[in-house]
Amino acid sequence: MTIDPIHQFEIQRYVELLKLSGVSVSFTNSAAFMVGIVAVIFFFLTYATRGRTLVPGRMQSVAEMSYEFIAKMVRDSAGTEGMVFFPLVFSLFLFVFVANVVGLVPYTFTITAHIVVTAALALLVIGTVIVYGFYKHGTHFLHLFVPSGVPAFLLPFVVLIEVVSFLSRPISLSLRLFANMLAGHIALKVFAFFVVGLGSVGALGWLGATLPFFMIVALTALELLVAVLQAYVFAVLTSIYLNDAVHPGH
Amino acid sequence: MNKTWKLAAAAALWGTAVLAVPATAGSLDPSSVSARPAPMVVAQAGAAAPAAHAPGAPEAGHGPEGGESHGGFPPFKPANYASQLIWLIVSFGALYFLMSRVTLPRIGRILEERHDRIAKDLEEARLRQAESEAAHVAYEKALTEARGKANAIAGEARNRLTAETDANRKALEASLNTKLADAESRIAATKTSALSHVRGIAVDTTNAIVTTLVGAGAPQQDVEAAVDAALAAKSN
Repeated sequence: MTIDPIHQFEIQRYVELLKLSGVSVSFTNSAAFMVGIVAVIFFFLTYATRGRTLVPGRMQSVAEMSYEFIAKMVRDSAGTEGMVFFPLVFSLFLFVFVANVVGLVPYTFTITAHIVVTAALALLVIGTVIVYGFYKHGTHFLHLFVPSGVPAFLLPFVVLIEVVSFLSRPISLSLRLFANMLAGHIALKVFAFFVVGLGSVGALGWLGATLPFFMIVALTALELLVAVLQAYVFAVLTSIYLNDAVHPGH
Repeated sequence: MNKTWKLAAAAALWGTAVLAVPATAGSLDPSSVSARPAPMVVAQAGAAAPAAHAPGAPEAGHGPEGGESHGGFPPFKPANYASQLIWLIVSFGALYFLMSRVTLPRIGRILEERHDRIAKDLEEARLRQAESEAAHVAYEKALTEARGKANAIAGEARNRLTAETDANRKALEASLNTKLADAESRIAATKTSALSHVRGIAVDTTNAIVTTLVGAGAPQQDVEAAVDAALAAKSN
């Protein structure tokens, strides 16, 4: 058995749909998980709220709590005007959350461990901020980069810093999620290989294999925390960035 | 009202995909497009170069190793970017559509209905409480009134009874007085008549005594004169 902790991130093309100037667009394992995640989210929320009961059951409580959790998050960071972005933040949170948690199940594929996915989501957020900011406030949106009350001689530097920090947002937003997912899954896999490798040696190996085995148990718990936390961080930062689109003045 | 910017945001996402596609085009090896399970090696140094540009600038995606569909680090293989991006757009777009059109209004309605129901129930409870308080006040008032009326009735009855008793007593006293006066006058009359008989009895008795003692009757006039003298002396 080859030690290959990277294999779990391999894209497998199931069906090639079309090919344009050498670029293949295929239905892959990643695509299957994306579609599956959307289906799981939609059917769970629909099923959970099927009763529309006045006193919610367990599943309806989960649906309502996720709704109120994200609604509060958006309202706290972006204000009542920011609630136009509530469906976006809700979709982003649930998409990343379910993708991260599903990815922890053995033999599954983690779509958020691919930089292109997290980068696209981050660019969607920043693109929304820019487009909505200019649409709503016009050139006033540029005041985002010009804090008030800064001495004139410092202003160029401050503006430069603001621009750089704004541009670094999509990079940090996408890299944080990507790196956390990737590193966690590789670490899990490496320890799993230790168990298998030591276990094939013999009786002493079996004894030694218990150590990485307990390590995997602990790491799985940690990764579950990271998966939930990263989805939360992604949603919170999205709300905070969207606040700039709603209220560009500092 | 927010159609415009939503469309624009979708266009931005599409733009990312369109930019990523040419990046993958140049580096594709046509012979290895098919889904071949590739023998994997741990990420090579070459993966670091795409890593630098991958998040922000997919248009610069001509990494030295990135083009190969086997080998290399899977997240940094631009050959797969187009598939992932297009399916991300399709699935996330569907999710956004479903959430914003179906699920969130649905949950929002449930929460709103509950909120309305609770507000309504609270309002009704407040109304009921006000009603019960009003009823209590009315009850207290009625009780006070009834007590006053009862007191008035009792007082009146007492006064009437007192007056009646007084009248009865006075009538009784009057009749008793009359009877007393009658009795007294009758006694006086009886006494007078009795006293008038005393002289006759005394005369007869005297006659009888004289006859018994002397043996012969005394003259009537003498006896009467002696009795009258004795009575006069007695009455004096």
